[in-house]
Amino acid sequence: MITIKNLHASIDGKEILKGLNLEVKAGEVHAIMGPNGAGKSTLASVLAGREEYEITEGSVDFDGQDLLELSTEDRAREGLFLAFQYPIEIPGVSNINFLRTSLNEIRDYKGEEQISAKDFMALVREKSALVELDAKLASRSVNEGFSGGEKKRNEIFQMAMLNPKLSILDETDSGLDIDALRIVANGVNKLKSPENATIVITHYQRLLDYIVPDVVHVLYNGKIVKSGPKELALELEEKGYDWIKAEVDAQ
Amino acid sequence: MNELIQESKVAAFVEHLPQTMLAIDKELVSKAIATIKTTDFPTTRTEAWKYTRLARIAAISTANQTAREGKNLSREDIHSSYQITKDGLTFVFENGVFRSDLSSGEFPAGATIKPLTGCTKEELAIVGKSLTLENEVFNAMNTAYAVDGMYISIQDKAIIDAPIQLIHLITGKNTVSNLRNIIQIGKFAKAEIMQSYFALDAEASFTNVVTEVIVAENAHLTINKLQYEEEGNYHISTEQVDQAKDSTFTINTMSLNGTLVRNNLNIEVNGVNCMTNLHGAYVLKSNQHVDNHTIVDHKQPHCESNELYKGVMDEKSTGVFNGKVFVRKDAQKINAFQSNGNVLLSDDASINSKPELEIYADDVKCSHGSTTGQLDEEAVFYLRARGISEKSARHLMVSAFIEDVVTKIENEAFLNYTHSLLKERFGWDF
Repeated sequence: MITIKNLHASIDGKEILKGLNLEVKAGEVHAIMGPNGAGKSTLASVLAGREEYEITEGSVDFDGQDLLELSTEDRAREGLFLAFQYPIEIPGVSNINFLRTSLNEIRDYKGEEQISAKDFMALVREKSALVELDAKLASRSVNEGFSGGEKKRNEIFQMAMLNPKLSILDETDSGLDIDALRIVANGVNKLKSPENATIVITHYQRLLDYIVPDVVHVLYNGKIVKSGPKELALELEEKGYDWIKAEVDAQ
Repeated sequence: MNELIQESKVAAFVEHLPQTMLAIDKELVSKAIATIKTTDFPTTRTEAWKYTRLARIAAISTANQTAREGKNLSREDIHSSYQITKDGLTFVFENGVFRSDLSSGEFPAGATIKPLTGCTKEELAIVGKSLTLENEVFNAMNTAYAVDGMYISIQDKAIIDAPIQLIHLITGKNTVSNLRNIIQIGKFAKAEIMQSYFALDAEASFTNVVTEVIVAENAHLTINKLQYEEEGNYHISTEQVDQAKDSTFTINTMSLNGTLVRNNLNIEVNGVNCMTNLHGAYVLKSNQHVDNHTIVDHKQPHCESNELYKGVMDEKSTGVFNGKVFVRKDAQKINAFQSNGNVLLSDDASINSKPELEIYADDVKCSHGSTTGQLDEEAVFYLRARGISEKSARHLMVSAFIEDVVTKIENEAFLNYTHSLLKERFGWDF
């Protein structure tokens, strides 16, 4: 699905990613954990195409395409989805209008027909139920006046609507209470299929009780320094990151 | 006597214009002519014209105004291109001249509606009653050289449901149109008027329109105004409004096309318990310049005024907003709100915004504010990350911004028509 090789990225002349390698196959869930400042959110931003970051080295292959050559919108149209850590409020733009535009532009890109109003509304009803999002929120302005939990549920709702190949959840669990966390995780699990893949970026092991990863990676100092089975997350929760830092720094 | 008169540029400008044939007070016309002789076009040193340069209007070559043939148009053309709604009455003017052949509709009971050229001296006694001429060259020019305009008088208690549409077309090169409208809404009466301005093969033409409005006790009037004269043409519009007690006056001004547009709204709230709503949208590109100057003068207590103007400026366009609210000494319990918001889409676009409050009463609730910004780039990125192109993302956000004021238009046909023009000119969907 995605193969990242020796990725170097910097912002304002400061190198954040320093040779990152990662491969995620269809049907897999990968968790990326790591201490603050390790480069977790930078990785998400770079993959989504934020222009502030400069890619100095490396390659990203996304389902046979050179991802780094694509614009942000084309990455989304090719099936990459980023659930934002801090979803943006857009006053005046209704969630519904936004999603219809989004769906239709993606369809247009793929040479498919526009979705009918009837089918669209049916899809909204079906997918909003998945994350228990009030139908009223669907017609309000994008994220405006939403609570933290509602914003995150809205991200997963959008993910469900767009049905991406690869989803990157950037700290989707931060700021969520246990009920909201369960709803969000449930939504993600229901969307899982052998054809798609998920990268879960998180600080806490808690989310991984609900979204069970196939592989856990530790990102430290701009590189993946350790990978292991889901039990690695528990070990990190228990022992913190210092032992990994020490291990890496010793090398 | 040997007089040496240095003629003003305005005097040279009007030299070839035929003096008004309307049955208005001769003394008023003489006064207007005297003003023109001694007053020049305002420059940017005049506070009220600080950001609006009139050189291009002054440079219009105004000879050959007479004996123009009217465009060969049919009612069908008007209907298909300019008519906003089939309901009600439609009156068409070309370069200020009434075109009865293009006008249509059933006259409603309780109203007198006709061109000013068909009005008696008695009917026109009201002309110029509260309009300032001194130092106001465009008011003076309009008074001395008005060709025609609409006279609308709604009787007391008459409710006119269907809108009265005034369509003003400018055609030809270097055309000067001085247009005068009189609107009187009787006590307890209600009406809605649409004024729309279009250009048809026009170039370097200038429209100078003055509308005098009297809203009597407990009357309701809504004016929906649409300015869509093409680029290369100039437009100055003045509304002089007198509101009596318990009345409601609403004006929605949509300025979407034209190289230079200036709107002067002067609202005198002369009675208690009035409601005044001023809404305006200006969406500009290329070298367009739109200037909205508004005055709401609260002279009596217990009134409310709401003012919302929003603008979007792209490319090298410029906007001006100057909103003034006066609350006089005895005008207690006034609620006056004023807000102006702007989005600049290019580095070369600019806005000068000046909201002003002058309050002499001590028990009032007033607020004013102005914001100017660019589109939230984080939001643009968010939309793009959902597969929406950068162009559509910006359109989506800009239209949401301006829609806030456009939807103040209650008339559905007028709202739809405004949307269709935004689509035509900017490619925006709503």
